[in-house]
Amino acid sequence: MSTRDIVTVTNLSKRYGDFMAVNDISFSISCGEIFGFLGPNGAGKTTTINMMIGLARPSGGSVEIDGIDAVNNVKKAQSIMGIVPDESNLYDEMDGFDNLCFCGSLYGMRKAEREQRAEALLAQFDLTKVGKRPFKAYSKGMRRKLTIAAGIIHRPDILFLDEPTTGIDVESARQIRHLLLELKQSGTTIFITTHYIEDAERICDRIAFIVGGNIVANGTVSELMKSVSHGYAIRLTADQNLEPFADDLQQYFDGCTVKVNTNHEVTLLCEERIPLSPVLQYLDRKGISVFEAKEIRPTLEDVFVKITGIEAEKLKKEKEKGGMAK
Amino acid sequence: MKTWIAFLNILKKDIQNYYLKPPNISWGIIFPLSWTLMQLIRSSGGINMSDIRTLLPGLMAMSVLFGTTSMLAVTITFERKGRSFDRLLLAPISLNTMVTAKLSGAILFGLFNAFVPVLFASFFIDLAGTNWGAVLLAVFLIAVTSTLLGLIIAVSAKEVFEAQTFSNFFRFPMLFLCGLFLPISSLPIFLRPISYLLPLTYGTDLLGEAILGAGTLPPVLCALILLVFATVLFTLCQYNIRRKWIL
Repeated sequence: MSTRDIVTVTNLSKRYGDFMAVNDISFSISCGEIFGFLGPNGAGKTTTINMMIGLARPSGGSVEIDGIDAVNNVKKAQSIMGIVPDESNLYDEMDGFDNLCFCGSLYGMRKAEREQRAEALLAQFDLTKVGKRPFKAYSKGMRRKLTIAAGIIHRPDILFLDEPTTGIDVESARQIRHLLLELKQSGTTIFITTHYIEDAERICDRIAFIVGGNIVANGTVSELMKSVSHGYAIRLTADQNLEPFADDLQQYFDGCTVKVNTNHEVTLLCEERIPLSPVLQYLDRKGISVFEAKEIRPTLEDVFVKITGIEAEKLKKEKEKGGMAK
Repeated sequence: MKTWIAFLNILKKDIQNYYLKPPNISWGIIFPLSWTLMQLIRSSGGINMSDIRTLLPGLMAMSVLFGTTSMLAVTITFERKGRSFDRLLLAPISLNTMVTAKLSGAILFGLFNAFVPVLFASFFIDLAGTNWGAVLLAVFLIAVTSTLLGLIIAVSAKEVFEAQTFSNFFRFPMLFLCGLFLPISSLPIFLRPISYLLPLTYGTDLLGEAILGAGTLPPVLCALILLVFATVLFTLCQYNIRRKWIL
């Protein structure tokens, strides 16, 4: 992957009267990576994306996209961007194929070229069968997929997606994640906002957390994990009661803490990483047959909760409620 | 070339999605027809076919005014509400190109509306002696200024019903103040200055001269004033769009 930065955001701010929606944020996105932007409702995600794509004017700071000043030369910058908003905004009366062709025409694509591309995209997004159906007759998942297809019809260098998997069925969400990874493979840089932390963990190369208009963390998934990691954990599950052996275990593995989860399950918490085999050998000598031993790593959700103080599940429900209300 | 592709496709999309819909076509036909019948029936001495020619300039101006102002205001407000308008704002074409494409659809619809009464009139009266070049120019300039008024409404309205209400706020006073069916000279003196502040007054006068030879102002002056109105309104629209649509 190239390490050249395609997006550089410097000291970007947006003020609405006395309210500071985005407060002096800076970050960059490398060419060809998937960059995730996570935060609760009202954190400033959409305002940031709007300033980057030219739908809102920054109160301060700059946005540079592939060397183009995207604040003062917005139309030039828009020619290399693909934009997929949080709500599907295609034309209800037009069919899927015509919607794609119309979107292509806005980027100056000639008739033959846009028709060929529209057909290819319908096939790629598994929408060929419904290509001649009016957009208003599409299911939520189909609408989302066609909106993404419309965003990439002109083969943009960078794709902005606002909540691409919100409110759609599991299968469509899986297809969309797969399509995004395919786009990344083909060299497209992707900026994505999502409240599905597990989605971000699965597909993003780098992630920034935004809360109250401020970026509170920014890094690769492993960097973010390291920033909150406080030791290692091994979870052991056996077919007999482990509780009587808890003290023995703690004494044997000096410096570790044993937490009894259930009669048959304990967690060994250590400052340093300990290999699994000595633990299993020790229990074997004690006549305990362990049928599951697992190293527990922190998830991105743990990192998010730790850094932002916001319960991930609460964030998800808040967003889904908002999405349903729309 | 790329700009032209975008321009023509926005225009084509608007015509197909909005203007060529059966309710709009029937509105373009029924509205001038019913207005003509109303005027003929209320005229003293019963229905007189020669009155049709007298009514024609006012009827054409009114058809353009009603067809253009509400259609553009409603279609833009509708697209903004559904956020499909963002797609146009995010396209790599200048705001002027996009706005001109939207205006062109409404102007063409206005031209169509204007010639519906002419078509009907041609079945009943002889239209010989009409300066068709001047008629076309007048109709075009009325359509441009009325469409721009519609755009001013579209920029301010957030809901479709607001767009409709604001349109009527402009249109109904103009019906009585612009000399469409009532000569400006017969208006109370204090209202006459207002008449001359409205673009439709000059459009109607230009049409009256072209069809009846009964204009009260020099045609060139009317055309120039309408061009000035169009330029001022377009500049005002541009300013408002940049201020209100790009937050």
